[in-house]
This record gives sequence, C-alpha cells and structure tokens, in this order.
Amino acid sequence: MKPRKPHILRRICIISTLLLMVLGIIMLLGISVGSTGTNIKETLFSLMGVEKADTMLETIIWRIRLPRVFLATLVGAALSLGGLVFQALLRNPLAEPYILGISSGSGIGAILGILGGLSPFPGVSLAAFAGSMATLSLLLFMTSGKTMLKKNVLLLSGVMVNAFCAAFIMFLISITQDDRLHNIIFWLMGDLSMADLPQVWLLAAVVIPSAVLIFCLSNTMNLFLMGRELAQTMGVNIKFITATLLVATSIMVSATVAACGPIGFVGLVIPHLLRLIVGPDHRVLVPACLLGGSAYVVLCDILARTLPEQGEMPAGVITAMIGAPLFIILLKKSGS
Amino acid sequence: MKSSVKATSIHAAYGPRLVLQDVSFSIARGEFFIVIGPNGSGKTTLLKILSAITPFQSGSLEIVGTSMEKYSRKSLARIMALVPQSVPEDLPFTVRELILMARSPRMGLLGLEGDRDIQLAEEAMAFTGVEPLADRKMDQLSGGERQRAFIARAICQEPQIILLDEPTAALDLAHQVRIMDLMEKLRMEKGLTIVMVSHDINLAAMYGNRLMLLKKGQIVRIGLPGEVLTFKTLEEAYECPLLVDESPLGNFQRVTLVPQKFIDGGVPSKARKESG
Repeated sequence: MKPRKPHILRRICIISTLLLMVLGIIMLLGISVGSTGTNIKETLFSLMGVEKADTMLETIIWRIRLPRVFLATLVGAALSLGGLVFQALLRNPLAEPYILGISSGSGIGAILGILGGLSPFPGVSLAAFAGSMATLSLLLFMTSGKTMLKKNVLLLSGVMVNAFCAAFIMFLISITQDDRLHNIIFWLMGDLSMADLPQVWLLAAVVIPSAVLIFCLSNTMNLFLMGRELAQTMGVNIKFITATLLVATSIMVSATVAACGPIGFVGLVIPHLLRLIVGPDHRVLVPACLLGGSAYVVLCDILARTLPEQGEMPAGVITAMIGAPLFIILLKKSGS
Repeated sequence: MKSSVKATSIHAAYGPRLVLQDVSFSIARGEFFIVIGPNGSGKTTLLKILSAITPFQSGSLEIVGTSMEKYSRKSLARIMALVPQSVPEDLPFTVRELILMARSPRMGLLGLEGDRDIQLAEEAMAFTGVEPLADRKMDQLSGGERQRAFIARAICQEPQIILLDEPTAALDLAHQVRIMDLMEKLRMEKGLTIVMVSHDINLAAMYGNRLMLLKKGQIVRIGLPGEVLTFKTLEEAYECPLLVDESPLGNFQRVTLVPQKFIDGGVPSKARKESG
C-alpha cells in the first residue's frame, strides 16, 4: 500500500520549518555580506551579543544591513503571497498584484510626491500608498455589483487601468527635466537600499495581519478552484470572500510598493515554483509562499549589492532578470 | 413526517424572461425524485434555486421545514450537497483531497481537517468504490470515475439531501446504471433524499419514486412514473413522435423514440394501440 500523506497540520509544519531554515541562512548571509567584506562569524557573534565586533561593522550591521534584510523579507513575503491570492481569485496563472494596476497606481502617487518635493519617507511612501489605493478603489467601483464575480471583467479592467497609469507615468516623466527625474526613475526601478527601521515596523504592521487573515481563508481558496457555483454549495460566500481577499491583499501589496517601489516577478515565480514542489493546497502554499518569497527577495538583494564592481543595482532588476527566465522554465516543466 | 423540500408557487426569471412559473411541489424524506423535461424547461434553474446558487423572484421554498432565507450558506451546505454537471477540467487535486474538501462547511476557522473528517472521507470512497483512485489526480480520471469521485465528495459532506444535475449525461451504459444503482443504495442505506435532473426518461422510469415533468417553466405532470410517463403527456411535453410501452423488466414504462423514416412508412399499429 502506498504511504498515506501525513496529516495536513504536520505537512504545514514540516514544509514551513524547512523553508524557515532556508530563509534563516539566507538572512544571515544577507546581514553578513556587504561592500566592507563578508564575515559570517563576526556577524553571528554580534547579532547574538556574544562578542562586540568593531564599532564600524556594528553600526553597519545594526543600522544598515539588518533593516534592509528585514525590509527585503517583508517585501518578498507580501509580493509572493499577493501573487498566490490573485492567481486563486482570478483563476489565472498569470495574475499578479501588479497586473491590476496596483504598482502603476502607486507609481503615479510616488512621482507626484517627488515632483511636489516631499521627503522620501514618509512623504513619498504615503503618496505612493494613496496612489495605489485610489487605483484599487477606482477598479472596485468600475467592476462592482454583479460583474465583479466574472473573473475576466476584473482582470481586463485591471489591465486597462494599468495601461492608463503607465501612460500617465510616461507623461509625468516627459514633463520633468531637473534632477528629480533621477529620483523618479530610481523609484520606478524598485529598490531596497533606503530601508530604515521605522519603515520596516510600519510595513510589518500591515503585512503580518493581512497574512494571518489570508491564511484563515486558505481553505476557502481551495474551494474557489472548484468553480464558484460548487464553492457556494460548500458554504462559501463568494462575493464577501472575494472582496475580503482583494482588499487585504491590495493593502498589503500597496504598502509594500510604497516602501520600495515596484519589484516584479516575485508574485509570479514563487507561487508557481512552490506549487510544483508542495502541491496545490493553499493551506500549505500560504505559509510556503510567505517564507519562500522572503528568501527569494533577500537573495536577489544580496546579488544586487554584490554583483556590480562598484555601487549596486536595484533589487527589482535582479528579481526580474532571474524571475522571467525561471518562469518560462517552470511553465515548460508544468506543461509536460 | 417533515418534507425535505417544499416549494410553493416559485417564480423565477432571468431578466424579463420567465424561466419558472408557479412551480409547487414537495419531496418527502428519503424519496428518489427525478425532474425531467425538454431543453429549456427550467430543470437546471430549479436545481440551482434549490442549491441557493440562483435566487427566485417569488414564492416560498422550505428545506427540511425551514425557510430558505433563514439558512446561511454554511448551514445549508451541512444539509444539502450538489453533484454538478460540469466542473473545471484542470482541478489540481487528488481524489482524496477533493473528497476531504467536502468537510469544509464543518471545519473550524483555519479549515484544517481532523481524524473524523479523514475517516468520513475514507468511508465515502469505500461506498462509491473510488478507493483505488484515492491518490490519482482528478484530471487523470475517466468520466465515470470523476462522477463517482464527485458523488463521494457529496456524501462526505454528510447531507440529508443530494442534488444531482444530469449525472449520467456523459457516461456509457454500464456507468449510467452504476451511478443510478449507487444513488439507489445511498437512498436505501443512508435514507438520503435524492433530487435529480435527468434527460434519460427510461432511467427515470426505473429509479424514480416520483417524477416531475417540466415544460417551458411550468409543471406538466407530477406523480408516480406510471402517471407521468404516458404517451399523451410525453408527446405533449416533448413534441416529438414516441412510443410508450412496458419494459421487458416488468412494471416500468419504456419510452422509445420514433425516427422520421418510420412515420413516413406509418407507425406500426401494435405499438400505437398499446401506447395510445
């Protein structure tokens, strides 16, 4: 007889523990690696408070690298979970939070903030958050009522909102000429280097409750895959759950984009990769995506910091350059 | 005894188009009730109203003695399960996972199943004979296997009423009988009420306790198979040439379609005498 699959709770625990260990190692690496050289041992001692490293390294670790790694962790978790939820909600494997215009909406907010001379934090971040929430409200208003339940209406409206916002961003860029242009372009590339602790705490305060809520709805997301009629006969209030998931996810992703700009492909690659490894059950996938997405973005950020000879690249460049080819490979694999 | 379903003067419409008109019936507990009728007669709409997928405009509907409006989706799901006609082709779950999901209406906040849920899923698989398929993916099953998996899923929901939408439509002869026998066994052994929409009049004649014949949203006849399946009623409802006689198995009606070429040559008089 074939061995029975372990109980769901055990599966969640085993997979989460494994991924947590991977994330732990990558985070430690992320705190250890930098332009001043790599020293895992000293970093570990410093973090545990066993032995003080020299004050310079101490400052770098606690003031610069730690907030940055934490920010990358939260960003990865939010974007990857966002992708998972949107793929389940829209029953479309290409769905990602950005596809509904959340990132370009916050882009408009951020650019208007930069043009208005706001400080990077909290000024521009708040403007970006306002931008994406405005886009989302517009989208929900456009597709409210009965049409919201037809997935293609939401998806197509999102694509159009996204296209419109992208054009508006181009317009704003084209009329900007001074050095604010550099700030705008840097923001649009998606960057983690501006991390500081207050920003990290603020983001954590949004991401963690949203993730808990989404985990509570993970079994319902399984039922969604059966189609909305059958899901209804199994006790799911489709309209209410759709709206709850949409709003929770969008707030979480908006806050993320506001903190670091658009970082692409995390929400596509990580859920697909994990689905191949751990299967389609969302009760396992939700924690797996949180941890896996975190690990991926921290890793990409390490590469972004260390690959260039001088200075560093925006992390968004790396997530996309690894993510796009990887996604194609995964598609080929899952198709065969 | 309380009836499982009691519908009084149900009217339903899609926009201006009336799909059900003054439909009243009641289904007793433990009854095998089959709804038949031509395309567009409102059969499927009726099933969707019973499972609270589609709203109805007027009339009243009681499920196990309680008005439909008083049920939450979850509490209704504990009483009634649906075996749908079509489901997404690309369901990524295994048979066991699919059947376990039926426990969702009774699971806690986190939606994690317990030992009892797993045991009930095993029992449902044993009842429908899908145990050997338990770890197969849904998209690797044949039509008959899928249908049995979905029936097992409905059983695992522990309902009092099971609704089925043309469960034999896409199946070969052996599987048709197998599914119908399974429903009969479910009714006899577990005392469930079975409400089925079907196109197959002959299967309806053999398995149904009572039949309801719909046409253009109205009830043509409701009653025992012998009362509903008469030549006059069927010809009026389906508007096509047919014969009704007794099945070689005995006390059942048998409906035979008559192709055009037989009409051109004249319907055999023996059959006309028996059916008319």
